[in-house]
Amino acid sequence: MEIVFAVAACVSILAVVLICIFLFANGLPAIGKIGVSDFLLGMQWAPSSDLYGIFPMIVGSCYVTAGAILVGVPIGILCAIFLARFCPDRLYRIVKPAIELLAGIPSIVYGFFGLMVLVPIIQDLFKTNGKGILTASILLGIMILPTIISVSESAIRAVPESYYEGSLALGATHERSVFLAMLPAAKSGILAGVILGIGRAIGETMAVIMICGNQPLLPESALSGVRTMTANIVMEMGYATGLHREALIGTAVVLFVFILLINLCFSVIKRRASHE
Amino acid sequence: MSEQILEAGAASVGQPAVPKVGINQQSFSEKLKSYRRTPGSFLLLLLVILSAVVTLGVLFALIIYILVKGIPNIRPELFALEYTTDNVSMLPAMINTLIMTVLSLLMAVPLGIFSAIYTVEYAKRGNKLVGIVRVTAETLSGIPSIVYGLFGYLMFVLALHMNYSVLAGALTLAIMVLPTIMRTTEEALMSVPDSYREGSFGLGAGKLRTVFKIVLPPAMPGILSGVILSIGRIVGETAALIFTAGSVPTVTKGLLSSGRTLAVHMYCLLNEGLYTNQAYATAVVLLVLVLLINQASNLIARKFQGNAGEE
Repeated sequence: MEIVFAVAACVSILAVVLICIFLFANGLPAIGKIGVSDFLLGMQWAPSSDLYGIFPMIVGSCYVTAGAILVGVPIGILCAIFLARFCPDRLYRIVKPAIELLAGIPSIVYGFFGLMVLVPIIQDLFKTNGKGILTASILLGIMILPTIISVSESAIRAVPESYYEGSLALGATHERSVFLAMLPAAKSGILAGVILGIGRAIGETMAVIMICGNQPLLPESALSGVRTMTANIVMEMGYATGLHREALIGTAVVLFVFILLINLCFSVIKRRASHE
Repeated sequence: MSEQILEAGAASVGQPAVPKVGINQQSFSEKLKSYRRTPGSFLLLLLVILSAVVTLGVLFALIIYILVKGIPNIRPELFALEYTTDNVSMLPAMINTLIMTVLSLLMAVPLGIFSAIYTVEYAKRGNKLVGIVRVTAETLSGIPSIVYGLFGYLMFVLALHMNYSVLAGALTLAIMVLPTIMRTTEEALMSVPDSYREGSFGLGAGKLRTVFKIVLPPAMPGILSGVILSIGRIVGETAALIFTAGSVPTVTKGLLSSGRTLAVHMYCLLNEGLYTNQAYATAVVLLVLVLLINQASNLIARKFQGNAGEE
């Protein structure tokens, strides 16, 4: 019977291997055919004239993710501090499930909400068509909040109480003790949460596709539309054939490599956090 | 803030005119006064509270907006058994969602539980396989759903000739939720005290009987809350299903034919651009489903903690 359990345990290894094989086997030849630098650094994405440069998409993904971090990280960390050190027990019993609910809402519903609420607001404020980096950043920032909050909260809770008490005893206020004595001690764990949030933001598809405009061009400002790598795949996979389809799989390979690197950073930092 | 609540309790017991405050407590006005001397701390307090309010505000705004806009759009014809372009019924999509959920769980739950049993109960300390399994599970949980979708398309739809089918979608989703089930089961198994196992061995039971009769039952609520979490992910998934299960809007004719789930249905409605009102109604149904699923998961987790407290 032990063999059965061991085989079951190997399924996840098999899954990762299969995902790597299928993506790389289908994507790398296309990247080779197009040319690595033409593919990764090419400015033009025009499948009808056989131009497959995904640089604008890579930049788009990075901008949108960076925007999400700018919006989500400060609010997320402060909210985690609230949950860990400021929140009365009775309120905690309401707030904590609410944050979990925020994580459970499907991304398509977030996208719909963004399309119907955020886009008109940005339209009114800036007189643009409302779809662009700013809108996507705000929505993604909201979507990564639960990830950052829950990881940061457990990191702050893992800090020994003596840090806080020692700081209080030296005459610091409650806030000063939390922010200047406990927060630095929890920084590895919080960083791990932020990296996990980056992974979520860069891989998000259905919400982004509705609100980021989807032009495959380098953005000129924070309001101009961009297309992310994920949006590129979903929008064109349905009708693409031949080299075009392989180029889309190549886009997924680039995205996959990004995610693997982010995962690597996450596990290194998590290990460091658990050693401290 | 908890001190204020305590104060309120103390005040109601003591004389109403002079609120009694404990020796190590401050009254609210004293607190405010002390903040006047440390404006920096007061600013931090405000920021912390503000960010919590913003987070909760966004959640409630989203829920209320979807409910207010969506509930008036829920009409009986949206729940007709047959999909036509006139009624854009979501009932077939709901049935497909149910089939998809059951199929994915049938594959993922036994695999996930067995895998966790191996890593927690059978593997010896320092077993290399366990390390690799943990790393791959962590990798799997970080992969975005669109990559799963593309992988499912390449492997199940094209290489294994399943075409756009419910089975291809369910296989893809099963791999996607596998790490969640593995992790929650591992945690649940590890929280079962070793004395249970020792007692069982002491009475002469074998390893297998100990695992299934003694260790699994108390771990069940933990495992169940992981399964419910997975149901939530399956119900809300879109990107992994568009290119594996396809988007045929009728009830699936069999495991090897296409059918759209509720989330894909909503995506298609929005994509066509003509059915915003129906999309609102679908969003309400999705949101209510997720609310119920979350509530169930919390309830079971709480029961789990209650049980652990008794032991």
